[in-house]
Amino acid sequence: MTDLPIARPRTVRRGLAALLLALAPGFAAASGDSALQPSFTNITDQASLQRGAALFMNYCSGCHSLGLQRYSRTAEDIGLTEAQMMQNLNFGEAKFGEQIKSSMDPADGEAWFGKAPPDLSLVARSKLGGPDWAYTFLKSFYVDESRPSGWNNTLLPNASMPNVLWELQGLQRPVHAEAGEGAAAHVEKLELASPGRLSPEEFDRAARDITTFLHYVGEPSALKREATGLWVILFLAAFTLLTWVLKKEYWKDVH
Amino acid sequence: MANQEVNTGRRRFLTATTAVVGGAGAVVAAVPFIKSWQPSARAQVAGAPVTEDISKLEVGQRLIVSWRGQPVWIIRRTPEMLAALPSLDERLRDPKSDNPDQQPEYAKNAHRSIKPEISVLVGTCTHLGCSPRFVPELLPQPFDADWKGGFYCPCHNSRFDLAGRVFQGVPAPTNLKVPPYRFIDDNRIEIGVNPEGAA
Amino acid sequence: MAQIEKSAPNDPATGLIAGLRNWFTDRAPGFDPVYRKHMTEYYAPKNFNLWYYFGSLALLVLVNQIVTGIFLTMHYKPSATEAFTSVEYIMRDVDWGWLIRLMHSTGASLFFVVVYLHMFRGLIYGSYQKPRELVWVLGMLIFLTLMAEAFMGYVLPWGQMSYWGAQVIINLFGAIPFVGEDLTEWIRGDYLVSDATLGRFFALHVIALPLVILLLVVLHLGALHEVGSNNPDGVDIKKVKDPVTKIPLDGIAFHPYYTVKDLFGTAFFLLIAAFILFFEPTFGGLFLEHDNFNAANPLVTPEHIKPVWYFTPYYAMLRAVPDKLFGVMIMGGAVLILFLLPWIDRSPVKSLRYRPLLHTLLIALFVVAFAVLGWLGMQAGSTTQTWVARVLTIYYFGFFLLMPFWSQMGTFKPVPQRVTTHD
Repeated sequence: MTDLPIARPRTVRRGLAALLLALAPGFAAASGDSALQPSFTNITDQASLQRGAALFMNYCSGCHSLGLQRYSRTAEDIGLTEAQMMQNLNFGEAKFGEQIKSSMDPADGEAWFGKAPPDLSLVARSKLGGPDWAYTFLKSFYVDESRPSGWNNTLLPNASMPNVLWELQGLQRPVHAEAGEGAAAHVEKLELASPGRLSPEEFDRAARDITTFLHYVGEPSALKREATGLWVILFLAAFTLLTWVLKKEYWKDVH
Repeated sequence: MANQEVNTGRRRFLTATTAVVGGAGAVVAAVPFIKSWQPSARAQVAGAPVTEDISKLEVGQRLIVSWRGQPVWIIRRTPEMLAALPSLDERLRDPKSDNPDQQPEYAKNAHRSIKPEISVLVGTCTHLGCSPRFVPELLPQPFDADWKGGFYCPCHNSRFDLAGRVFQGVPAPTNLKVPPYRFIDDNRIEIGVNPEGAA
Repeated sequence: MAQIEKSAPNDPATGLIAGLRNWFTDRAPGFDPVYRKHMTEYYAPKNFNLWYYFGSLALLVLVNQIVTGIFLTMHYKPSATEAFTSVEYIMRDVDWGWLIRLMHSTGASLFFVVVYLHMFRGLIYGSYQKPRELVWVLGMLIFLTLMAEAFMGYVLPWGQMSYWGAQVIINLFGAIPFVGEDLTEWIRGDYLVSDATLGRFFALHVIALPLVILLLVVLHLGALHEVGSNNPDGVDIKKVKDPVTKIPLDGIAFHPYYTVKDLFGTAFFLLIAAFILFFEPTFGGLFLEHDNFNAANPLVTPEHIKPVWYFTPYYAMLRAVPDKLFGVMIMGGAVLILFLLPWIDRSPVKSLRYRPLLHTLLIALFVVAFAVLGWLGMQAGSTTQTWVARVLTIYYFGFFLLMPFWSQMGTFKPVPQRVTTHD
């Protein structure tokens, strides 16, 4: 079965599902004031997957594992050879068929950060909002001297994670809304106080690439799923037509 | 009940067509279920090739390595051992390794290996699966006065020579298996992969 | 000894087939009459409409769940430490495992879509009325068993929703006076929801309850065939028979007419199911909930615990009641009251087609109430939502408790002698 280069924006599919069930629950963000920014991930975009994989391995895999995802499967799905995968994207001792594990000991992670950095294999599926959550999270760090790491995040307030992408993004600072009586001022929006190596558009693309990669890692079979689905549905449509004609023929007897 | 003539021909055609198309669909639908029995990615990793460094393997010594749950022996044979092999031919069941199931093409030779001095064998007796003992000395043994070195299985007394070839008159029916293997370089063997271009 | 039919074969194949058939019927003479009784000589009303597909579709989904379930059990590990990763193992490492898993999860939700529509058919056509009360009761028993089966099945992936859903539902039993605490401990097999709970749910889900369901389905179909099927006009087709053949004039042989029609229904249903499975398997988080992609953590309570969509109407009723025990009774009562339908419906007319407009209105409102309760059960909850849920719960119970009265109210239309069709 050939893999067809279908790019279906998630929003279009979601709209269809919502049509089928008018009472579907809202897709709005869960916590905090921040609504989720749409990530527009396209897991059929191999170039994006490759960039995302490289970014992930370079910036994230030091602390975060993808313990359900194998190097071999990743290479096959994102279009890399075994040599390319193991030379460029494997920083540990793992064999090609083994899973992607961070070199950090979880016990150390707990000691340094207060909470062991979680495995990210399913982060794009386990949060309300799906990949949009991861995308928004990567973009929502801001400088906060009151925190041990010096960083805070509007999507996950008081996160222990520092902004590993700050060199690319630059530094964001919070703009607080007017505080009410006795209430703490909440962050209304973030402003780029000093630029990073990438422009805001370039950084958005980098964040999107990482998110696309994580979206793929959440369900590697999604590519095959949609490709297979097309053929199954074509067959079933034809078969349905055939059974309809057969039914009509026999029911000529009935008056 | 029918107002018009029943077109039996059309009915049979449509029924047959639906049955065939539906049947084909059912067969295709069964394929994923059958394929799900194939070794999973996890099993494939566990069964992946094993690389072993033999630079420290001394002459006359045997190394045991685990591959796909089986013991694989790597033996560095002496010139004497190799010289004695042809003299045993008459006493063996399959001296020319004619049975193609027991070794790859590149091991169908007098020493049943790629390099004469390095023997690679699956250490499982072809009778009922015990692991035979390594008896490398070219000295008379209680079970064979004219022993030229080899392997003796204590379970039911099967015997094999130092190329893993089975003797006549023992319960084991075939020679010890030679697994697929190749030399990465002079000091490293990879078990589970055939050499480039080989069967 | 039975007479062996002598066939006059004009080709060897026909002779062989006839020969085999004779060999078989000689030794099992009862099979053939059974086949005729339930297929080729079971006369079903000829006016079955859209609502009559859902019984055979329910059987189709049941077969799907069993077959995919068997294959999942080959790879799934029923232990608290391995369950979650074993499901991901199936999704990633087992060849085509993702397809088998999604067939099972999509099938589970579609089972309830089909079953709710199947039950609704019974409601609008009075199919539970005499002489089909037993068919209805058996069907309700299937429904109860199916709810238990689905609940336990959802615990098996051992995600956050699996764990905490189990926690909440099992704790409901604690509301029962005197025995509550001991009962919940007995159900769990431990002082908390744990590996012990998972193990027993696995056994019940994989073999015990499926056997019960299969038995009940056989009895359900048997009971139906004893009395014959109802139809959208609620007319008794057995009242008008052909004087010679004794076959109901409005009846047609189940095979081939309804086998061929149900085959079409199956194909169309599979088409819809395939679209969902291959393109939107989570169905917006309704069929596969996002929080269940987090491994179960007894120390972290999810922000929002809710059951899968097909239980949410009852869950909304539970939450609407301020008292724990009373809430449990209301939730249970909402399901159990359905058993009583054959006796609380006093309508002289079976089918909604010939009932007063009032009945249609009340039933339509019932559907809306059930749907809105379902939606409410998915929400986090608020004061307004709780009040709406209360009103709707009262309507739900009022609908049934007052049915002996309203089912006799209004002007009924004359019921025809013969079925109506759109020829």
